[in-house]
Amino acid sequence: MKDGRSRKTLVLSLRVGIFVVFLGAWEAAARLHVIDSFFFAMPSTIAQQLWTWITEGTSQGPLLGEIAVTLEETVLGFLIGALLGVVCGIVLGRDKLLSDVFSVYIKVANSIPRIVLGSIFVIALGLGMQSKVALAVVMVFFVVFANAFQGVREADRALIANARILGASPLQVTTTVIIPAATSWILASLHVSFGFALVGAVVGEFLGARHGLGLLIATEQGLFSPAGVFAAMIVLAVVALAADGILSWAESHLLKWRPPSFSDVGA
Amino acid sequence: MSAMIELIDVSRRFVTPAGTTLTALRDFTLTVGRGEFVAIVGPTGCGKSTTLNLITGIAKADDGTVHVMGKVVDGIDPRIGFVFQSDALFPWHSVLRNVAAGPLYRGVAKKEAYDRARAWVVRVGLAGFEHHYPHQLSGGMRKRVALAQTFINNPEILLMDEPFSALDVQTRVVMQDELLSIWSQSNAAVVFVTHDIDEAIGLADRVCVLTAGPGTVKSVYDIPLPRPRHIAEIRYDPQFISISKRIWEDLREEVQMSYSPKELVVA
Repeated sequence: MKDGRSRKTLVLSLRVGIFVVFLGAWEAAARLHVIDSFFFAMPSTIAQQLWTWITEGTSQGPLLGEIAVTLEETVLGFLIGALLGVVCGIVLGRDKLLSDVFSVYIKVANSIPRIVLGSIFVIALGLGMQSKVALAVVMVFFVVFANAFQGVREADRALIANARILGASPLQVTTTVIIPAATSWILASLHVSFGFALVGAVVGEFLGARHGLGLLIATEQGLFSPAGVFAAMIVLAVVALAADGILSWAESHLLKWRPPSFSDVGA
Repeated sequence: MSAMIELIDVSRRFVTPAGTTLTALRDFTLTVGRGEFVAIVGPTGCGKSTTLNLITGIAKADDGTVHVMGKVVDGIDPRIGFVFQSDALFPWHSVLRNVAAGPLYRGVAKKEAYDRARAWVVRVGLAGFEHHYPHQLSGGMRKRVALAQTFINNPEILLMDEPFSALDVQTRVVMQDELLSIWSQSNAAVVFVTHDIDEAIGLADRVCVLTAGPGTVKSVYDIPLPRPRHIAEIRYDPQFISISKRIWEDLREEVQMSYSPKELVVA
């Protein structure tokens, strides 16, 4: 136990050390004009920018308000996209004919770089929230769909046969065997796809919006203010990490039945 | 006619991915009476499991007829129970919920289903483990859950596909005794597929030896050993040993044959 604790301390202090050295080097290099702070900013100006946003608000309004806008678009897009993905994945995974028919279209749709759809959405749905939500939905849908579909396909044959012989109807097989079996696949995809939803919302704002962190970045870019861009990036990272933490927590609660994996013990 | 299961001149063919047809079972005939325990032994890949799938209706016969309780098989009969070779327990459910699965699928009220499940958990010697998940149990304990899960439905026909093959030798003997004791209190007709000759003789009233694929009945042995039997002791019975020798003689030729190229009929 003692060894484990001292190792933990070592890892933690190394992590902090690298962070401090990196920021210190950046700041020093900028102050000594090794790199041009006009293009690359410095940690101190970024911190200052963040502080200004927190205390005085951004050019578009209070920071929390901007975060709320982006977060609302992300969460809405994530929920709609994930729900559609799960439903379509399970339906197509269970029905051979439907999956044979639609697999071609999904392959084609999936091969399009989905970000370009953002332009269409801004044109069609305007500068408001809908276009960002739509882009986030598209970003999320395919990831979740692919995983739900695969999860259904990978469901244990013996388990399905057992349920049927024990007396389960086809619907009961879907609800009591297929969906639980696909849950770990789906949850794994939700983890990744929340990040995609955030990308969708931010890029949507980038392309044209009245509020949100993406617009904030675009504005700071237009003002030639790298500190502002970096500061907005930090805000985005914090939002993404918080969401990831919430999803991990939900996952561990939903998958209580799973044996703990060995990697969990080490970490 | 008191035959519970009748397979008459049954053949079953598979189409391989290469497009050729593989005959798994040819002109196979077997009759199992009420309360009778029949074991099927044969070399690997001789279609032993196929016979069980024909009886459940999961697989359809290409030729011949399959009768279960006097009727042509049409879908899964609720009076059939099936114990699988692999672990077919629901990993996301507790022991109690696993055992209650059959009655719950069949629309029995929740309270009654759980009461019956509780009694069965005790009966297979797992009192105190009601709320454990399958991954927290040993292989032998999981098989006990599988037996309880199957017997709770009061099957009139019990099909077992190498159920104990994954267990260590000691546990296997304990589970064989356990199976005999539960079965003796039911009136179920059993078809027990195994590649273990001693297991077949110890458990069954009749042992049916299959030829190498395509499987057909090579010989049938009546096992006149008195019941109740104790698996650990019965194997030293001189009668047991002589039957075992004869079956092994039969099987040896088939096992050697199954290593030569299989008969392939081009479609």
